[in-house]
Amino acid sequence: MAVAADVEVVDLATTALRDLNQRLHDLDPDAPDPRSWRIVNPNGAHAVACGLDALVDVEIVGHVGYYCAGMNKRATVRVRGNAGTGVAENIMSGSVVVDGNASQSAGATGRGGLVVVHGDAGARCGISMKGVDIVIRGSIGHMSAFMAQRGTLVVCGDAGEALGDSIYEAHLYVRGEVAGLGADCVEKELRDEHMAELRALLERAAIADVAPAEFRRYGSARQLYNFKVDNAY
Amino acid sequence: MAVTPDWHLRESYLYDRTTIAEIQRAAREGIYDIRGFGAKRRLPHFDDLLFLGASVSRYPLEGYRERCGTDVTIGTRFASEPLELKIPITIAGMSFGALSAPAKEALGRGATEVGTSTTTGDGGMTPEERQSSKTLVYQLLPSRYGMNPDDLRKADAIEVVVGQGAKPGGGGMLLGHKISDRVAAMRDLPEGIDQRSACRHPDWTGPDDLEIKIHELREITDWEKPIFVKIGATRTYYDVQLAVKAGADAIVLDGMQGGTAATQDVFIEHVGIPTLPAIPLAVQALTEMGLHREVQLIVSGGIRTGADVAKALALGADAVSIGTAALIAMGDNSPEYEDQYREIGSSAGFYDDWQAGRDPAGISTQEDELAARFDPVVGGRRIANYLRVLTLEAQTLARACGKSHVHNLEPEDLVALTVEAAAMARVPLAGTDWIPGLNGRY
Repeated sequence: MAVAADVEVVDLATTALRDLNQRLHDLDPDAPDPRSWRIVNPNGAHAVACGLDALVDVEIVGHVGYYCAGMNKRATVRVRGNAGTGVAENIMSGSVVVDGNASQSAGATGRGGLVVVHGDAGARCGISMKGVDIVIRGSIGHMSAFMAQRGTLVVCGDAGEALGDSIYEAHLYVRGEVAGLGADCVEKELRDEHMAELRALLERAAIADVAPAEFRRYGSARQLYNFKVDNAY
Repeated sequence: MAVTPDWHLRESYLYDRTTIAEIQRAAREGIYDIRGFGAKRRLPHFDDLLFLGASVSRYPLEGYRERCGTDVTIGTRFASEPLELKIPITIAGMSFGALSAPAKEALGRGATEVGTSTTTGDGGMTPEERQSSKTLVYQLLPSRYGMNPDDLRKADAIEVVVGQGAKPGGGGMLLGHKISDRVAAMRDLPEGIDQRSACRHPDWTGPDDLEIKIHELREITDWEKPIFVKIGATRTYYDVQLAVKAGADAIVLDGMQGGTAATQDVFIEHVGIPTLPAIPLAVQALTEMGLHREVQLIVSGGIRTGADVAKALALGADAVSIGTAALIAMGDNSPEYEDQYREIGSSAGFYDDWQAGRDPAGISTQEDELAARFDPVVGGRRIANYLRVLTLEAQTLARACGKSHVHNLEPEDLVALTVEAAAMARVPLAGTDWIPGLNGRY
């Protein structure tokens, strides 16, 4: 097929992970050649396609272990399977899409770019996020958005206990039930500008079957921003 | 005969003036005391050890003339580009935020002048410190403030910070008055808030995860950089073994005397173990794994003099790291600023409000006016001078013990002045062959 010829296929059953990552790191950031990569047989390997900084499209067919696409810059990474802990941790830009479920700490500390999980995400989703946008089609686990600083977390399903504990200025939107809010996280009014933000993010995530008006918004009460007696307990 | 009028007054040991003042402050303010510096209580330390200089049974080296090497290579286990340092004394991680940008620059200048490394801190890497530091260690902390793969690749080594001697089990703090525009932007935080850094890493939760995390960092940086793991001294034997198993190239071990920019006083004084017992525990852990000297041990927490350096090396460290002493070398707590220390309720020699950002010496501040008092060129020179003195002193002691390299110092060169120090450092009490607790002896 003509298309297949333009895609570099790497089989992790026969290629060492180190060789794959090195090849991806050696690409010209602005004009990578080849531009499209398909990685097959990841078999739960850790650190697949981490540290990328190039305008490449990487499709991973199968399940990946920890830290897939960690610290991603500019690349578009798609996981046709499930992802382990810390998928797209500290992502800077580009996008990482997981077709299946993601384990804990998805998008942790991300500073930019987009993370989409079409299934569920585990605990600590978006922990310490610093500017990344995260869209979860399913539900998320406990302690998600802990100390979330900047960026937006959109959850089309439910959220676990202690959502947004010690949150700073990140925007949280949950469509389903929230099992409990963490310290200093409160529900806030969903205004037009928030609906617009949600609409744009759902569109970027290619999620068309939910409406922005179905979400509730959560954010910081800003009561923990300064040490005082009442915060000491 | 004139008698001092208050000689009949007896101060309580239990309720001394410091304790009374703290009880009354707590009752007044209703919140714990947050301060900088390190532990102020007396602890068994290197002062409790002495070197046995050469005599008839050992042959010394000539003080000035004979070579006594000081170089150290860190990261020989897995990294393709280990650090080559000319002296075994490095600058510990201190953040831009806790310190002013000129102070960070001075640390880099001084370290570079004498061929050693400096370290970033909880707040990311500034261009100034990268430029001024020939060898720069980039910390990966729980907060991940400013964490950036570009900086990771620019670094010469990576230090995964699990804990800090001043507060093992605790996260960082930076109070609002030090969160300037630039600090806030680097940390992705609002200006002026009291910022607490997390005490746990966000994407790994135990030693097995740490192994995978280190693997990821190696993959991102193409296995070039040495990866250190920094721990506060507590369960040191186990922590060292777990960190080594996780793949560390080097262990940074920070005893409880290690300084901090801002932590609760109760934490600084009551958590962790001193540097003295921590070193033999770490060396034992490494030795049992067959990796002593292969995984390098960098020790910090109370290193002030070349004697401290030499004693830490003799106990088995490959290098030491200085933080508090480096700030003092740059001018912190200098009598030159006595009037201004008084104005803010302190005094030269006592100042520990590094969290407050009002440092008269312009070091632990983000106020432009105060920071401008500090000249990074002069500060850099002081750091270089101080590091040279530490090195010369350590060499002097090593030569006296007949060693042609400071790393040839060994526990056999040491004795202890107290039973406690003998037990902790695992060297004999002076004048005896008694090491309490060793070989089943009491």
